[in-house]
Amino acid sequence: MKDLLHIPLGIGFLLFQSTCLALTEIWANKMRSVLTTLGIVIGVASVTAVIAALTGLKSKVLHDVESFGTNKIYMWVQRPDSGPQRNASWWNLRFVPTQLEGLTDHCPSVAEYTRVGRIGRLTVRHGERTVDNISLRGIDPAWHSIEHRPVVLGRLFSVVDEEQARNVCLIDPDLRDKLMLDRDCIGQTILAGGRRYAVVGIVERRPEMSMIGELMQEEAFDVFVPYATLRRLREPWCEIIATSKSTAVTDEAQAELRFFLRKNRGIKPGDPDTFRLLSIQSEVKKFNDIALVVTLVAGGVVAISLLVGGIGIMNIMLVSVSERTREIGLRKAVGARRSAILTQFLVEAVVLCLFGGLVGVALGQLLTTILANANPVLSEVAVPGWAISVSFGFAVAVGIGFGMFPAIKAANLDPIEALRHE
Amino acid sequence: MTDTRRTIIRVRDVSRIYRVGTEEIRALDHVDLEVRQNEYVAVMGHSGSGKSTLMNLLGCLDRAYTGLYELDGVAVSSMNDAQLAQVRNERIGFVFQSFEMLNRTNAQKNVELPLIYSRNGWWSRRQRAREALERVGLADRRLHRPNQLSGGQKQRVAVARALVINPSLLLADEPTGNLDSRTSEEILALFDQLHREGQTILLVTHEQDVARHAHRIIRMKDGNIVSDEPNPPQAPVAPVASSDAGKAEVVA
Ligand SMILES: Nc1ncnc2c1ncn2[C@@H]1O[C@H](COP(=O)(O)OP(=O)(O)O)[C@@H](O)[C@H]1O
Ligand SMILES: [Mg+2]
Repeated sequence: MKDLLHIPLGIGFLLFQSTCLALTEIWANKMRSVLTTLGIVIGVASVTAVIAALTGLKSKVLHDVESFGTNKIYMWVQRPDSGPQRNASWWNLRFVPTQLEGLTDHCPSVAEYTRVGRIGRLTVRHGERTVDNISLRGIDPAWHSIEHRPVVLGRLFSVVDEEQARNVCLIDPDLRDKLMLDRDCIGQTILAGGRRYAVVGIVERRPEMSMIGELMQEEAFDVFVPYATLRRLREPWCEIIATSKSTAVTDEAQAELRFFLRKNRGIKPGDPDTFRLLSIQSEVKKFNDIALVVTLVAGGVVAISLLVGGIGIMNIMLVSVSERTREIGLRKAVGARRSAILTQFLVEAVVLCLFGGLVGVALGQLLTTILANANPVLSEVAVPGWAISVSFGFAVAVGIGFGMFPAIKAANLDPIEALRHE
Repeated sequence: MTDTRRTIIRVRDVSRIYRVGTEEIRALDHVDLEVRQNEYVAVMGHSGSGKSTLMNLLGCLDRAYTGLYELDGVAVSSMNDAQLAQVRNERIGFVFQSFEMLNRTNAQKNVELPLIYSRNGWWSRRQRAREALERVGLADRRLHRPNQLSGGQKQRVAVARALVINPSLLLADEPTGNLDSRTSEEILALFDQLHREGQTILLVTHEQDVARHAHRIIRMKDGNIVSDEPNPPQAPVAPVASSDAGKAEVVA
């Protein structure tokens, strides 16, 4: 039992002693040590900064996308580059309501869909109050659940609203307040683009807009009307938003929709699509692929800088060994074993690298903070705890890896030769 | 008159050959030697006669020799590297011609050096180093660094470092080689004192003035011991076991 305890105690003792020696030695060669660890500092700083940037960006984007709805599929009209439709007019290519009839029956993986049309830059008026730069959006009732913006007061558009293309509208609470409508404004009317609409309900406020959302919506407020109402006004620029029944069947839903649209739009086999389909999920996948490539490239750069740092450490340790050859000879003469000398130099290399790691992590933190303040998109970028462990792990690994050769060289010195060294 | 003191060194038929290219140099050529406790031996000879080779061998720094070597009754000639390191750490004190100080640390730490390789606690290391420095008369210079000490003082620190483990054997290869004659005398006086206190000492020199202090003088030439005499020759206190008698013992 005592013997069993003896071994770890001995190793602990050796490590402790070697660490003290290493600190003394590094302190004695302050300038040299600082310059030597520069490579490690840069390597570790880039490890932490790159990890922070990537994870931060990724979580931000994924969070945005999630708030956006991961099972959404967008469809819009696009003129193909080739085929019979390559010179078709936009008018001929537009989505006509009849093309969508029976969509949910033919696409079993699709949960629901809504048409979305928009007429922009209108002025809304109520009494003396006007608000500019409003877009009039034509929607189907399914829009509310697809976009997670339920009607919080009043009612959804009814089948009758749609069939008769009635002049009814939904607004959000901000616009209501801007126009100084009553809190319960159901039944009041507003003028939008010169036409009168009766307010039938209040839609939940637009959520804090995400990165992607900001790119897609330039107007501050929306007035929602039934799709048919908008269409009667002017054939609008129309897109379709569908949701799959779950994210697991998004690919199937996309394929079904494509088949359905091709058939209903009369596209012959072999001819290109006259529309585009885009699922949020495939975009997430693309983003993840890009993130992976960036990670690999950044990882390569980091690996090279750590390699350079490691070579610097090896170089300085070799210098140290040859400078201290007589010291090594003396230590051996007074009873230092091979293992003691090996440990001494290995620990010195590792301690050097740990210092480099420490400064590197601090620098990485600084870089990350600068990055986070530079661009609002990167505002959530932060160094995760595990990145710090990874960085230190790399530093120690580099220390052991590149310190091993000099340490073995020192340990294998012949004491007589070493003491004769000049 | 038989000598009842413990045998510290017993060397039988030891040879050490250096090979440089195709050439063989017999630095030690079938050497026999016996040294007993509390002997004070000077090894003399011209440069290249094999003195340092013998010292390295006796100090367990060298393993590439043939023959038998027992130190303090332990056969060290058959030991491996790690075992030899332990023997050096526990039984042998070295004093070198060029002091071999660690310049970055003070006298105290230099003296502690052998102890850090033998699992001594911080406190016991400190105490033993202090005592060793007191023995060499440098208690007041404990915290001085080597570059704040004179050559003689450095060598005394080195002696303290050798003594701190209470070695069976104190080996000194030309310990006064880098010192002027006055400081040499100081160091030799210290050796005399250690000898009086019971220390076994083996010192290499080519100076008659230094060898004068020893009680036994061994002369070497071309790797052979050519003479082995008490000093002064008639001194009754100088204990000498003739090498013939030693051989007879082993054979018997
Ligand atoms: N490492 C070595 N390689 C080759 N020859 C050596 C080596 N060390 C010593 N010698 C040779 O061995 C002989 C004895 O050397 P040494 O013991 O150093 O003599 P001394 O100390 O008496 O001057 C000399 O001829 C020397 O050249
Ligand atoms: Mg010599």
